[in-house]
Amino acid sequence: MTLPDPPSARSQTTAAPVVRARGLVKCFGALRAVDAVDFDIPAGRCFGFLGPNGAGKTTTLKMLMGLADFDAGELSVLGHALPAEARAIRARVGLVPQGDNLDPDFTVRENLFMYARFFGLSRSEVASRVDALLEFANLTHKAEARVDQLSGGMQRRLTIARALVNDPEVVILDEPTSGLDPQVRHVIWGRLAELRARGVTLVLTTHYMEEAERLCDELVVMDHGRILDQGSPGELIARHVEPDVIELRGAVSDGVFATLTSMALRVERHGTAVYVYTGAPGPILDFLGQPDGLTVIHRRAGLEDVFLHLTGRDLRE
Amino acid sequence: MKRSIWQLPRARMAAFSVFARNFLVWRKLIGPAIVLNFGEPVIYLLGLGIGLGALVGDIGGLPYLVFLASGIVASSAMISVSFEGMYSVYTRMVPQKTFDAIMATPLDIDDIILGETLWAAFKGLLSAVAILIVAALLGAVPGGWMALWALPVVFLLGLAFAGPAIVMTAIADNYDFFNYYFVLVVTPMFMLSGVFFPIETLPDWMQTAVLVLPLTHAIEVIRPLIVGEPVEHLLAHLAVLAGFAVVAYYLAVALVRRRLWN
Ligand SMILES: Nc1ncnc2c1ncn2[C@@H]1O[C@H](COP(=O)(O)OP(=O)(O)O)[C@@H](O)[C@H]1O
Ligand SMILES: [Mg+2]
Repeated sequence: MTLPDPPSARSQTTAAPVVRARGLVKCFGALRAVDAVDFDIPAGRCFGFLGPNGAGKTTTLKMLMGLADFDAGELSVLGHALPAEARAIRARVGLVPQGDNLDPDFTVRENLFMYARFFGLSRSEVASRVDALLEFANLTHKAEARVDQLSGGMQRRLTIARALVNDPEVVILDEPTSGLDPQVRHVIWGRLAELRARGVTLVLTTHYMEEAERLCDELVVMDHGRILDQGSPGELIARHVEPDVIELRGAVSDGVFATLTSMALRVERHGTAVYVYTGAPGPILDFLGQPDGLTVIHRRAGLEDVFLHLTGRDLRE
Repeated sequence: MKRSIWQLPRARMAAFSVFARNFLVWRKLIGPAIVLNFGEPVIYLLGLGIGLGALVGDIGGLPYLVFLASGIVASSAMISVSFEGMYSVYTRMVPQKTFDAIMATPLDIDDIILGETLWAAFKGLLSAVAILIVAALLGAVPGGWMALWALPVVFLLGLAFAGPAIVMTAIADNYDFFNYYFVLVVTPMFMLSGVFFPIETLPDWMQTAVLVLPLTHAIEVIRPLIVGEPVEHLLAHLAVLAGFAVVAYYLAVALVRRRLWN
């Protein structure tokens, strides 16, 4: 990797949080899109906002960048108070927005040079950095292509590269892998892990549990503008759900359901599936045996279970 | 916590990076741009100036081609600035989300709109230069080199028209909305501000009315400079143009903030 380490990695002496939010409120008319949230984002970590559509994740990130006002509370990023010092913050932060907004009038390479210029960085200052970023995004072979000739995954990688052009200490990513196929998603996860290893603070939103579990050191679960809980993925799982889940797909009779209820800590029926939460799966699996017409899946509890437990199973549009 | 959209904009050098972006894109498409810049005036000046001029004869002591060319220098800058400030700025602001991308850098809307305003005025200047060259080749620039003094005035005229165009962009829901501005603002000025005939031929009340139009003031300065006559009320005309430029820039910034801040 030829990218130089960002400033935060060079002098990682401060334990002060990179982002500090207290009582942060954002209203759209009568809707409290962000409703009195408190959080600290530690330096050099990957911090996630996990939540269903409309939870207020994008709105929170926009406030961090000084792109959206807030109605109440306090917010500071890298020691700069918002909204007064938004420009100073944006100079040291990179943003990967939810929808790509690359410049269609430029080639891949020109997009990076042009964006650098908005940070006051000249071509000669960033020439080697742009080459390194093209490499980082696996786009060297597409450097002279126009943006509309790129696949969705390539555009996403270019957007991430563009967010790094000012050598940011913090990179904010709004659903970095939504809508991408699994191969691209894994490549991007690898790149984000590299950034984090170099000491860049990552702040991301996602509704992919796997993404949150793999990348995030710490996350908050958000819904309806509120933070429901906060912690590492492991802590959240330990706190909210039993360690084992047995999922039954197919017709479960009332009798079996009643027996399971007596054996397990918690049993829930959702649609055509029954979820059995337990600390001792052995006896339950013995009881079930190899039932006809029923698929039995035994797995460790994961973030998805936490997420569904905290935010409910109602459909969100 | 809440920023006011009416907070005074600040002019910063950062605006030039927005100008540079547009310039670099324009340079890629320089061929069609030049065809448009030169093709249109050639057609206008030959068709109207020479064809109509043969019927009209002299106007205000000037051959019609000379009269018309000096008016078209100003009006074509107005039209070119208005197109840039509406269709092009809208494209960058709404479908292309270029402004959103730039707003994630240290630039503010103040800088973006200043850059766009300077760029639109620059495009107006380019079209005026093209017409001046065509007119000079047709022998319709009796003022000689003095006509070059018209160019800074054209740039000021461009600034005066960029703001209102961007104001329209800030409140537009789609491209069709701009038809109102063209029909209600640009075309009346094109017809009434002295491009095709002297405003003295208008009824008295209309002569007074057209004094509120910035194009009238621009032509009152640009025409004598191209023709080689002394300019009357120079400072008053420039002050009107500068007033439009400043007030419209401020309004444009405020309304774009209202649209893009949330
Ligand atoms: N500009 C806006 N105007 C009105 N309501 C908005 C605006 N932006 C977001 N909202 C509303 O605020 C809530 C939170 O939105 P958002 O932060 O985009 O959620 P998420 O990113 O978690 O999906 C949603 O109910 C959304 O409809
Ligand atoms: Mg979102």
